[in-house]
Amino acid sequence: MNYSQVLEIASCTDPGMVRSHNEDSIASDPVHGLVVLADGMGGYNAGEVASGMATTVIATELAQQLAKTQPYEIDRETNQPIAARMIREQVIKANATIYHAAQSQPQYAGMGTTLLVCLFYDNKILVAHLGDSRLYRLRDGKFEQVTRDHSLLQEQIDSGILTAEQAKHAQHKNLVTKALGIDPVVEPEIREYDARPGDLYLLCSDGLCDMVDDEDIAMTLKALGGNLKLAAQQLVQMANDNGGKDNVSVILVRVLRAFPAPRGVIGKVLGWLK
Amino acid sequence: MAKLILSMDGLVLKEIPITKERMTIGRKPHNDIQIENLAVSGEHAVIVTIMNDSFLEDLNSTNGTLVNGQPIKKHFLQNNDVIELGKYKLKFVQEAGGQAAAAADFEKTMVLRPAAMKAAVEQARTAGAGGAQAAQAARAAAVRQAASAAAPGAAERDSRVPGAAPAAPAPARPAGQPIGVVQILSGPNAGKELELVKPLTTLGKPGVQVAVLTRRPQGYFITHVEGATQPMVNGQSIGAAPHALKDHDLIELAGVKMEFFLRS
Repeated sequence: MNYSQVLEIASCTDPGMVRSHNEDSIASDPVHGLVVLADGMGGYNAGEVASGMATTVIATELAQQLAKTQPYEIDRETNQPIAARMIREQVIKANATIYHAAQSQPQYAGMGTTLLVCLFYDNKILVAHLGDSRLYRLRDGKFEQVTRDHSLLQEQIDSGILTAEQAKHAQHKNLVTKALGIDPVVEPEIREYDARPGDLYLLCSDGLCDMVDDEDIAMTLKALGGNLKLAAQQLVQMANDNGGKDNVSVILVRVLRAFPAPRGVIGKVLGWLK
Repeated sequence: MAKLILSMDGLVLKEIPITKERMTIGRKPHNDIQIENLAVSGEHAVIVTIMNDSFLEDLNSTNGTLVNGQPIKKHFLQNNDVIELGKYKLKFVQEAGGQAAAAADFEKTMVLRPAAMKAAVEQARTAGAGGAQAAQAARAAAVRQAASAAAPGAAERDSRVPGAAPAAPAPARPAGQPIGVVQILSGPNAGKELELVKPLTTLGKPGVQVAVLTRRPQGYFITHVEGATQPMVNGQSIGAAPHALKDHDLIELAGVKMEFFLRS
């Protein structure tokens, strides 16, 4: 099944106004309905090495697998669609690759990256994430954050130490509690949500949500939803106009029509023909 | 490091550095900050400090705790907050050094490693240290680790933005920027005015022709969003790129003429 007729994807990434290089990395594969965003960290250029490895490993390896196996096929071991296991395995693989590079090459020591992977299949969106890169959704005029950051701040909000309002003024916004490539083992948070025609998904690095209020992001998506490329550029521009203290990356995905998995023999034959 | 300045009736009694993760305030002698006054409960309040952030929590005291005149149950302390317990005042002061260093490091994403912290706790335990101290040492170790990972980048940035303030995403617009206004000149809505106060305003008919007017620190811009034809400014098509608007520019969009002007 080719998802380029189902999804409209636009993206934009920018170093921001303060940093000299871009440690964010993005990849999108409209044919397989896959988008990946990573925000690297670590000294010198190591952050962009880590985020680049993450997006490359995951996007290329998953694309290879998706060419052979349909994500909605049922996994015999778990009786669930195989997609979740495919993504989990690729995340673990990317983690091992980055971790070993960081261990074996001194210039990469301590590098790591946040990760956000979204795979569309069978009227669903499968979301895997680590760290504080976020997925938002605009549906029927309602703008919501889908992922919950793996950050110290989020943990403090959850445990009631901080309110969301106080969190805006906290000083340690940048401390993530989970990331790719830092520890030898990692367990990504993987969740599945319904995707509906008309949904607009926003994947972004913290360079956007730290600089631009959710309200302004929502307003931009509502106003410029007719031109996704422009909307993505506008979001990056707003982050930069507000100071642009960090790299800013944005991927927008609009669901154009329903995309159920082909069912039954005829459906499968049609699926092959497509 | 942060400190508290204890005073009564404007008279400074003492300065108390915040050295522990958990500092209790109360009348009874076992408190870290003891205030011998009957208006203060035995265990009145506690200040919990996690790295550079301190939180004040009232421990169900009889007479309550005020911060800047407001009764609180739990409060995230900010520089120069004044805590009131009865007649006593405690001013919370965050010393510039620590905060500035934290501010410089502010945007750099770092990993906090719970696993590393646990390992450090175990180490400290086997070394025979007390539980609370071990946890603190572990946290410090984890933070140091995270900080050292980010150090090169941070140092590099220090030189570029000396003493940059910790930024709440404050809009960078100067307060005195004139407001742009669009006045419609033709069609059924002729004469109507639209003040461009929002960061972006869309104009036109969805599905036919839409343009967006964006308000930026350097002024107003018009950009084509959708439709087969692009908007005209002063009789010229603007193309696909954003076009800066000047005072009294004439815009033509979806067959409607309008004038853009600045109102200060």
